[in-house]
Amino acid sequence: MIDLDHQAVVAFSKSWGLFYLMGFFLCVVVYAFWPSNRKRFDHAKISILDRDDKPGKSRPWK
Amino acid sequence: MNVTDRMIGQLTSGEREAALVICGVTALAGAALGLVGRHDVVAWHGLLILLFAGGFGFLLMTRIGLPEPTGDRGTSYYDDPIKAGITLAMAWAVFGMFMGVWVAAQLAWPDLAFDGGWSTFGRLRPTHTTGVIFGFGGNALIATSFHVVQRTSRARLAGQISPWFVLLGYNLFCLLAVSGYLLGVTQSKEYAEAEWYADLWLVIVWVTYFILYLRTLARRREPHIYVANWYFMAFIVVVAILHIVNNLALPVSWGHAKSYTIWPGVQDAMVQWWYGHNAVAFFLTAGFLGMLYYYLPVRAERPIFSYRLSILSFWGITFFYMWAGSHHLHYTALPHWVQTLGMTFSVMLLVPSWASAGNALLTLNGAWHRVRDDATLRFMMAAAVFYGISTFEGSFLAIRPVNALSHYTDWTVGHVHAGALGWVALITFGSFYTLVPRLWKRERMYSAALVEVHFWLSIAGTLIYVFAMWNSGIIQGLMWRTYTEDGALAYSFVDSLVAMYPYYIARAFGGLLFLIGAIVGCYNMWMTVRAVPEATRRAADEPVAAAVPGE
Repeated sequence: MIDLDHQAVVAFSKSWGLFYLMGFFLCVVVYAFWPSNRKRFDHAKISILDRDDKPGKSRPWK
Repeated sequence: MNVTDRMIGQLTSGEREAALVICGVTALAGAALGLVGRHDVVAWHGLLILLFAGGFGFLLMTRIGLPEPTGDRGTSYYDDPIKAGITLAMAWAVFGMFMGVWVAAQLAWPDLAFDGGWSTFGRLRPTHTTGVIFGFGGNALIATSFHVVQRTSRARLAGQISPWFVLLGYNLFCLLAVSGYLLGVTQSKEYAEAEWYADLWLVIVWVTYFILYLRTLARRREPHIYVANWYFMAFIVVVAILHIVNNLALPVSWGHAKSYTIWPGVQDAMVQWWYGHNAVAFFLTAGFLGMLYYYLPVRAERPIFSYRLSILSFWGITFFYMWAGSHHLHYTALPHWVQTLGMTFSVMLLVPSWASAGNALLTLNGAWHRVRDDATLRFMMAAAVFYGISTFEGSFLAIRPVNALSHYTDWTVGHVHAGALGWVALITFGSFYTLVPRLWKRERMYSAALVEVHFWLSIAGTLIYVFAMWNSGIIQGLMWRTYTEDGALAYSFVDSLVAMYPYYIARAFGGLLFLIGAIVGCYNMWMTVRAVPEATRRAADEPVAAAVPGE
């Protein structure tokens, strides 16, 4: 059995905790700025202003 | 045909029977709890559950023979639960804020407890916090999330009974919680006072909510899930996790209200404030940011300033908030590095928080004339400003040496209310004033002047409250840390209490103004539904009949 004492947990969270958060941050930035996502984001931000108040009937992207 | 008839008439007879079965099972569970716990205070709660579920069962039973709904319901949005949710939210607002004014007045004039056991400060205070946070805030979140998810997905809610189960079941939880405090039932955990049986019930309700939301998103007719839904999803998912972990407890017996938490000592404190701070983050922030990202652009008729920024701030808030809770436990037995971790993440939180506040204000840039003319939009603008101010203050208060001055003083209370009144309540009122005419298909609100009155009462009330608590809190903090030349404390606790007296009166007055504003809002919404003529139906308002194959 691995010896998982307090010191080991602290060391793990103080080192890898930082790396995974940085890595996660990079992933989010890449997703937000990925060029091919621009179109869907632009569409999304306009789409809520559409005045017609009814459910859609099809899935236009399929 | 009255409202209940019309709402139940929306259900097929099969759905009415299923709803009746749910009411029956719940009522039986209530009866069982009452019988097993007949020698304990929990019996009252068994009776409450029995009457609540039995009452709705009775409503259904007397209307079981109503004609079947005609037409394809899938071609219209499901708005009945949203209307009920808004009504409940406003009713809880008046109740919760009234209790707030009462307990605030008790601090200035202790005789207002009237010598009752049930009406002591300790029992009334949680009825205020639960009433406003869970009663008002929770119902507002459920109602607006049902609206936003349907409109942004262009799909009807994925269920006929489950939205009602979520809404009414949640209100049963709130009733159990609030009535329990008056009876002396409490877990003594802040914002998690309700006991084990109410907590278990909330788990069932919340998981249903989560599944309903996911299934509705799965029906969406839009390629991308609009960012407001991300916030609502984070709210639902994280509140489920927080609620379950913090409330892990063993009851004394099945027939006993009291339970004991499984978390020992300092772990209990850490779990409680991990819960407590994330309740602020995901209940009082994430869901309300969902409102902000939908209703503000819709009301301003302008798209959000930067969609990408909204994504970055979403993930920033989600991942930073998780680690900030330990700032509630500075200078305690909690390991020093965990306190430092909480402090650091609290300071970093300012970045995504200001990104959201800035994104909202920049959306309004170029439409300031509309903010000037439209009190509803001004509610949302002021909410974004208060959000920016109170998140700045929060980061500041989380810094350990600052906390040494502020902790246990009224400064904290002032900070919470800058957020709760200035941010949460204002964004909710702004959203409701946008939503009510649309939902009930009215041309406009009954009175724009009364919206204006509500706005200024809210602003005046919030400012009086917050300034009173800043003064009071800093004086308290300073008096508690002033030493004489001999190294003894210069002031007794009672000295500091006497110094608070004028601020306590000012605080109660500020709260009273805010309460009056909410009552004005209720009247205005009521009259909108009763007296304003129906808007002329736009051609596009007719839903399209065709459904997607496979549904």
